[in-house]
Amino acid sequence: MKIEVQNYKDTRSGFGDGLLEAGKRNPKVVGLTADLTGSLKMGDFAKAFPERFFQVGIAEANMVGIAAGLAIGGYIPFTGTFANFSSARIYDQIRMVVAYSNKNVKIAASHAGVTLGEDGATHQTLEDVGMMKMLPNMTVLVPCDYNQTKAATIAAAEHDGPVYLRFGRPKVANFTPADEPFIIGKAQMIQEGTDVSIFACGHLVWKAIEALPILKEMGINAELINIHTIKPLDVEAVLKSVAKTGCVVTAEEHMRNGGLGDSIAQVLALNNPRPLEMVAVNDVFGQSGTPDELLKHYHLDTPDIVEAVKKVIKRKM
Amino acid sequence: MTINELKDVASQVRRDIIRMVHGCQSGHPGGSLGATDIVTALYFDQMQIDPKNFKMDGAGEDMFFLSNGHISPMIYSILARRGYFPVSELATFRRLGTRLQGHPTPVEGLPGIRVASGSLGQGLSVAIGVAQAKKLNNDNHLVFCLMGDGEQEEGQIWEAVMYAPAKNVDNLVAIVDYNKKQIDGPTDDVMNLGDLRAKYESFGWKVYECNGNDMQQVVDTLNITRKNAHKGQAQVILAHTEMGMGVDFMMGTHKWHGTPPNDEQATNALSQLKETLGDY
Repeated sequence: MKIEVQNYKDTRSGFGDGLLEAGKRNPKVVGLTADLTGSLKMGDFAKAFPERFFQVGIAEANMVGIAAGLAIGGYIPFTGTFANFSSARIYDQIRMVVAYSNKNVKIAASHAGVTLGEDGATHQTLEDVGMMKMLPNMTVLVPCDYNQTKAATIAAAEHDGPVYLRFGRPKVANFTPADEPFIIGKAQMIQEGTDVSIFACGHLVWKAIEALPILKEMGINAELINIHTIKPLDVEAVLKSVAKTGCVVTAEEHMRNGGLGDSIAQVLALNNPRPLEMVAVNDVFGQSGTPDELLKHYHLDTPDIVEAVKKVIKRKM
Repeated sequence: MTINELKDVASQVRRDIIRMVHGCQSGHPGGSLGATDIVTALYFDQMQIDPKNFKMDGAGEDMFFLSNGHISPMIYSILARRGYFPVSELATFRRLGTRLQGHPTPVEGLPGIRVASGSLGQGLSVAIGVAQAKKLNNDNHLVFCLMGDGEQEEGQIWEAVMYAPAKNVDNLVAIVDYNKKQIDGPTDDVMNLGDLRAKYESFGWKVYECNGNDMQQVVDTLNITRKNAHKGQAQVILAHTEMGMGVDFMMGTHKWHGTPPNDEQATNALSQLKETLGDY
């Protein structure tokens, strides 16, 4: 893939623009929010389709129930609130009326991870991917930039079944091609290589891209694959890459327990055990700070990926 | 249906409930018996439905949602007796591989069930969403939702209770199965609900009360709510019921909330309930 930064945009705007586009394409797409229309960038959709937009107030449990009801009635509801309130807060509701009941509800989860920034740990969910991937029937998407989040939103609307769509708050490099379709469950090759497989998702894909020239200078030819679909995981792409490189680094803005690295570890252990290093948060809560400060503090930054690669290659020898 | 015909159906449903929970030695007979008259009236007299051609989206039909899913024997019996699936399938209740799970679920493809329930407090929200979908579809049929009274202790209920009047959900009729009992004992002792009527009224609902075990009162009250639908107001019926209704030793106590009768007790219970439509 040719990597070219087109601009710097927030992934949540990718969701907002994707929702508007999905709404134009399909009159069955409806939106719901729990008092976070602006934060989720759902304003354009609400303005374009006022009769298909439901302001539920600060009542996330009620929102997901209403969404399930709308899905029963043949609609494709997108619920919009912060990731923590889209997951932990209403886990049982999602479990029973969305996942178990297999309703066509799309849970749009914004402000995920530590890059939410100054609001601190109460809002910085680092556990949501783990919770969501454990639910049967649930598809879990973690796109990496504006373009991909927009495409993922459109793909989620076209997919029949529950989807958890995770994205974030800060403006980040927008580098994937605007016209690239999002294929659920198909990993995206960013750069082919032979020495190490880096599997990244969300904001950390860009951090991994920034690591590539540094690694090259060290003589390390790294393969970078964007695992934008945590579930169903593209096991074939993972195993194919590992067969070639023989070692793995995972990178994600999530707790090590339950995250992408945890999914990859399972695939490796069951199929082809190889050295693995995980760039992730290790069993601690976040805190206030700027997104960049927090990425550094929790060792989720480019130098941390470089270090993990060096370490895992040493373990391979 | 005439009131007497409805009573006959209800009697058979009560027999089915006893036989189902006795058969697998598990389940919730008390609440099931108490709510039988209301839901019998809905399915056999009130709702416009097409049981032979069950559609998930319920387009062009009235729709019912059971929020307190533990009284599943009641809804299974009524759905079977109304023709959604074979009556013989009631014998599979709670057994491995059954579509009649302990708590209702659409996962096994059981006609008549549209969403899982059992984790309490969620059904009203789902029913509201279905009612909103009906409005978007210009479908003027109604959505009914039965809740338990103990279930009113769940916070999500009050999120939904606040939503419906605020957003003019006037194509929905909520019904509280007001039997004043829950697993741990009388509702007044466990968590006093206070003045439930005043609570709903203060949230903006039109509130009706009836004896939920008096078939004539149930039908009359449902008739009124259907007439008053689409008039800008959410409606709720506080249906005063008796847990265990129809079986003398199961009434007046919370003990039969989730306890099946033994052989002797089942024989005793069935001797009090007329077989009207033939046992499964």
